[in-house]
Amino acid sequence: MAGSETDAAIDEVAREFALLGDWEERYGHIIDLGKALEPLSEPERCEANKVRGCASQVWLTTHVRDGRLYFRGDSDALIVRGLIAILLRIFSGRTSQDILAADPRAAFSRLGLADALTMQRSNGVIAMIERMRHDAAALGAAT
Amino acid sequence: MNAPLFRRLFDVGALRREFPILEREVNGRPLVYLDNAASAHKPRAVIDAMTRAMEHSYANVHRGIHALANETTQAFEAARKTAARFINAPAPENIVFTKGGTQAINIVAAGIEISPGDEIVLSEMEHHSNIVPWHFLRERKGAVLRWVGVDEDGRIDLDALEQALGPRTRMVALTHCSNVMGVGVARRAIDLAHAQGAPVLLDGCQAVVHGEVDVAALDVDYYAFTGHKLYGPTGIGVLYGKAERLDALRPFEGGGEMIDIVEQGRVTYNAPPHRFEAGTPPIVEAIGLGAALDWLMAKDRAALRTHEDELRDAAMTGLRAIDWVRLHGGAPDKAAIVSFVVAGAHPHDIAQLLDQQGVAIRAGHHCAQPLMRRLGVTATARASFAAYNTLYEVEIFLAALQRARTMLT
Repeated sequence: MAGSETDAAIDEVAREFALLGDWEERYGHIIDLGKALEPLSEPERCEANKVRGCASQVWLTTHVRDGRLYFRGDSDALIVRGLIAILLRIFSGRTSQDILAADPRAAFSRLGLADALTMQRSNGVIAMIERMRHDAAALGAAT
Repeated sequence: MNAPLFRRLFDVGALRREFPILEREVNGRPLVYLDNAASAHKPRAVIDAMTRAMEHSYANVHRGIHALANETTQAFEAARKTAARFINAPAPENIVFTKGGTQAINIVAAGIEISPGDEIVLSEMEHHSNIVPWHFLRERKGAVLRWVGVDEDGRIDLDALEQALGPRTRMVALTHCSNVMGVGVARRAIDLAHAQGAPVLLDGCQAVVHGEVDVAALDVDYYAFTGHKLYGPTGIGVLYGKAERLDALRPFEGGGEMIDIVEQGRVTYNAPPHRFEAGTPPIVEAIGLGAALDWLMAKDRAALRTHEDELRDAAMTGLRAIDWVRLHGGAPDKAAIVSFVVAGAHPHDIAQLLDQQGVAIRAGHHCAQPLMRRLGVTATARASFAAYNTLYEVEIFLAALQRARTMLT
C-alpha cells in the first residue's frame, strides 16, 4: 500500500521526530502533543468508549463519514495522550483498507518510539490500536 | 588508639557486588532499581546454587532409587528445613512449598470448610492475592467478606477489627506489610482474632524481606510468602501452617506425590506438607530459595534493616520537601516502601520519564484496588527499596523526579 494516506502521515511524523535529539526532546515533543490534544467530553469518557488499560485510562470514539473512520481519543496520562495524538494523525480520516494495511508497530519503530509503545502495553495504547483496527475491519465487512 | 570510632554497620558496596545485574545500564545510565517490592534481584549465591543443582545434582525428588534422586531430594528437603528456620517454624513439616505467595493463600482458601454465611475478615489494604481467593468463597460458597478499614498511614483499625469478628468468622486474612503502605498488622490483631476462636492468615510477602519474622512468637495460624521478592527465584513460595491447621486443611490440587493410596473407588492422602504439593514441585527453585534464605540469614539483618530505614527516611524526607508531592503512607517506622502521587501528573508519566533516566519505579494500583479507592486515587507511584540500594540512588531518584515534573508541567 505504498503511497497511501496512512503511509504519508507516518512519513510526516517520522520527519518531525527525525529533527529531535535525545530522549528529553522526544518525550518533550510527545508531551507537547499530549497537551495539545483536544480532550474528550465527560460523556465521551464513558465505559463503552473505554479501552481496557491498566495504570492509565484510555478512551476512543469512532465516527464514520463518507466511508472514512474518524477517531478521537483521550487518556488521564499525558504521555499516553501524546501517543494518541500521533495515532490520530496517522489513522484518523482514513479508509478501512488503508488502516488495515498499515503496520502501527513498524511505524512507531520508525519514529524511534518502539520502547514507548512496548511500555504502553500495560496502559492501553496497543489495545487502542487494536480497537481502531477492529472498527476498520467492521466497517470493511459492512461495506 | 587506631580503633575506628564506630564500626560501619554494613558495606553496601560489597553487598552490591554480590548482585551481577546491578552492573548493567538502562537507557545509557547506571540502573537505579527501586521496584523491589515487585521483585528483587538475585545474589550470586542464589544464581550459583541453582546452576550447580542443574549442572551437577539434579533429578526428580522423592521415591527415586538412585544417587541423583537421593541428592536432589536431600537438597530439596534441606531447603524446607532452611525455610522453617527462617521464620522459626517448629518443624519442616509446617512448611508447604508453593509456586508463590498467591498460591499459598489460595491453598488455604480452597482448603477450609465454609458454609453459607460464614465470614472472612480482610483489611482494605490487602493485595488482590489476599482478596480474590476469598471472593471465590463468597461466589462459590456464600461466604461473607467483612472489611476492616485502615488509616492514612496504613494502620489497621483494631477497634473495627474487633467489631468485625464474630462467631461466624472462619478466617482473618491480613497483610503483615502492605506492598503500598509498608505497614502491616500488629500482634494484637492476631490476639483479637484468637479470642474469637478465628484463625489468622498473614500475607508476609513484603514483611519477610524487611525484617525477621517469627511465626511462633506471632502465634499465627498460616503465613504466606514468596521467594522472588526475597532475593530468591520466581516460581517458589511458602505456606506455613500450624500442624493442626494443615492436618485439617483439604488438599487443593490432586496428583502425584500428594497421595497415600489410590484405588478405583477411593483415595487417601499423604500427610502435610506433601499433601499440598501435587505433581513435581519447583525443585531447582526450592533449592534457590534455600540458598537465598541461607544467604540472608548469614547477613547482619539488623544492619540491613537499619540501612533500609536510612533509605526510607532519605526518600521520605526528600519527597516531603517537595510541595507538589503527596505521600501515601507516612508511618515513621514502616518498611522501605514509599508510595506517592505528583500533583498534575499521572504516576504512569512519572514512571516512564524516570525510566528514561535509568530509574525503575512502579506506577499503578499495585494490585490493591480497594486501597486505591480508600486513598481516593486511581494509581500511585511507588519507590521500594532493597538492602542493595544506596543513599546516592535516592538522590538520583529525587533529581530524576524533579526533571520529570518539569517536563510534564
